[in-house]
Amino acid sequence: MANRPQPQFPEPNTEAYWEGVKEGELRYQQCNSCGEIVFYPRQHCPACLSDDLAWKASKGDGTVYTFSVIRQNRMPGFAELGAYSVAYVDLDEGFRMLSSIVGVEDPTKDIHIGQRVAVEFEEQDEGEYPIPVFRPVG
Amino acid sequence: MTDRQAAIVGIHEYPLRVAPGVSGMQIKVASIRAALDDAGLSWSDVDALYDAGDGEAGGGLQLAQYLGVHPTIIDTTNVGGSSFEFHAAHALQAIAAGKCKVAVLSYGATSASRRMAIGTGRLGGGGANWRMNMEMPYGSTLISNYAMVKQRHMYEYGTTTEQLAGISMATRRHAMNNPEAVKAMTDLEFVGVNDITEQNVLSSRIVADPLHLLECCMISDGGGAVIIAGADVARNCAKNPVWIIGTGEAVGYVDNGSDITTSAAAQSGPIAFGEAGITPDDIDIAMIYDSFSITVAVCLEDLGFCAKGEAGDFVAGGRLAYDNDAAKLAINTDGGGLSSNHPGMRGIFLLIEAARQLRGESHSQVEGAKLAVAHGNGGMLASIHTGGTVILAKD
Ligand SMILES: [Zn+2]
Repeated sequence: MANRPQPQFPEPNTEAYWEGVKEGELRYQQCNSCGEIVFYPRQHCPACLSDDLAWKASKGDGTVYTFSVIRQNRMPGFAELGAYSVAYVDLDEGFRMLSSIVGVEDPTKDIHIGQRVAVEFEEQDEGEYPIPVFRPVG
Repeated sequence: MTDRQAAIVGIHEYPLRVAPGVSGMQIKVASIRAALDDAGLSWSDVDALYDAGDGEAGGGLQLAQYLGVHPTIIDTTNVGGSSFEFHAAHALQAIAAGKCKVAVLSYGATSASRRMAIGTGRLGGGGANWRMNMEMPYGSTLISNYAMVKQRHMYEYGTTTEQLAGISMATRRHAMNNPEAVKAMTDLEFVGVNDITEQNVLSSRIVADPLHLLECCMISDGGGAVIIAGADVARNCAKNPVWIIGTGEAVGYVDNGSDITTSAAAQSGPIAFGEAGITPDDIDIAMIYDSFSITVAVCLEDLGFCAKGEAGDFVAGGRLAYDNDAAKLAINTDGGGLSSNHPGMRGIFLLIEAARQLRGESHSQVEGAKLAVAHGNGGMLASIHTGGTVILAKD
């Protein structure tokens, strides 16, 4: 799998996140006013509406919160795949992201809630942005 | 209890689920005409227009021109499949404020004829977008989105597919009593147009783990209309008014550390029940948006029909069928989105079937039904969704 849709720009909320991905860094934000962890990226803190946010780099370690294995998707880039997963991963820094769990033999059997996973940056056939995905560890 | 200020006075569900050569807007017009007839009202009585804009029709602005009306209230709220519950709430408010007297809600779509892959296509459209930039690369589908809620519900509460199959079973039983639903399943070439068992659900193919095909709604053409009028008009209509006595609205979304097994219904439900001055125990009929089995399970819990995590037992074995007196509650007596009608935004059918029940006109009539809830769930349960709760009372 290496033909995922690319993010599209200009989109000022997510630009810095995707620049981070290009550099091999999974970025999230924290509010300097109230300490809230902010994800998906944006230019304000949803807890206090401050615009004073700091970018941070995640270690990329997390836990599967939930997932599904898609057996049928008619869209190009996915239609020709076998079963593949989507998952919410809870990162240790306290943010949740939608992603995919890769590197398992059979996604219908080898993924489970509570599983520990680590980020990796999947190069794509086309487009300049790799895509952050997660692989089980341990 | 809210004063009886506004009521559903006219309803119509477009009879076909496969309607080639007909546009969504034409379905709206046919439905509006029939619903006005049902109410004994005429075109010139209409002074408020509510529309969710289903893509083909382009929303209230274009619809007003197409219909040829100059309403004094134009509401184009689009919050997905629950839009019509929001419209009913807004119509009640506008009527109570004296801003209008006769409101028209309508819906029409030809998703089946246009072969729309609603559940299994990639989510989102083109162009730069804050959320799409974070989600598009992963190929999430609508069905996988709801499936992630079912997965977590099973993990947290031990809920099983065997249990949730009870939702599909009860709904199919109701559909088999409804000639239009039978025709729908026939026209859409369902593999078996018959009652279904737990085993049928379990052995139907998995579309996105852990959701099986028979836990997913159909994709049909269709539409309908609802006429809501103020008390003075309603008292003189052709049919008994079905009073709107409480409404609630909410949005729910995934967040860092949030619980995705709890939906927006946990907010909209208590607001609506509070306004109506009743509790879930008082309800005879619940029309719950059955996009998927898990949607119904989560919403039943959040509305307070059972405790969080207990929906599995509550629905198991097809308990919530119309003729099971022991259950004291029946759901989706028209056959629901699972087995009767789902062109993409089924919220209007929840209002229509609830009104039928309270008039005594359902094909799966619950004898003596006096109070109903229609709960629409729009959007995507595991990411962003809406909840619209409407409490309805027999005259
Ligand atoms: Zn803050």
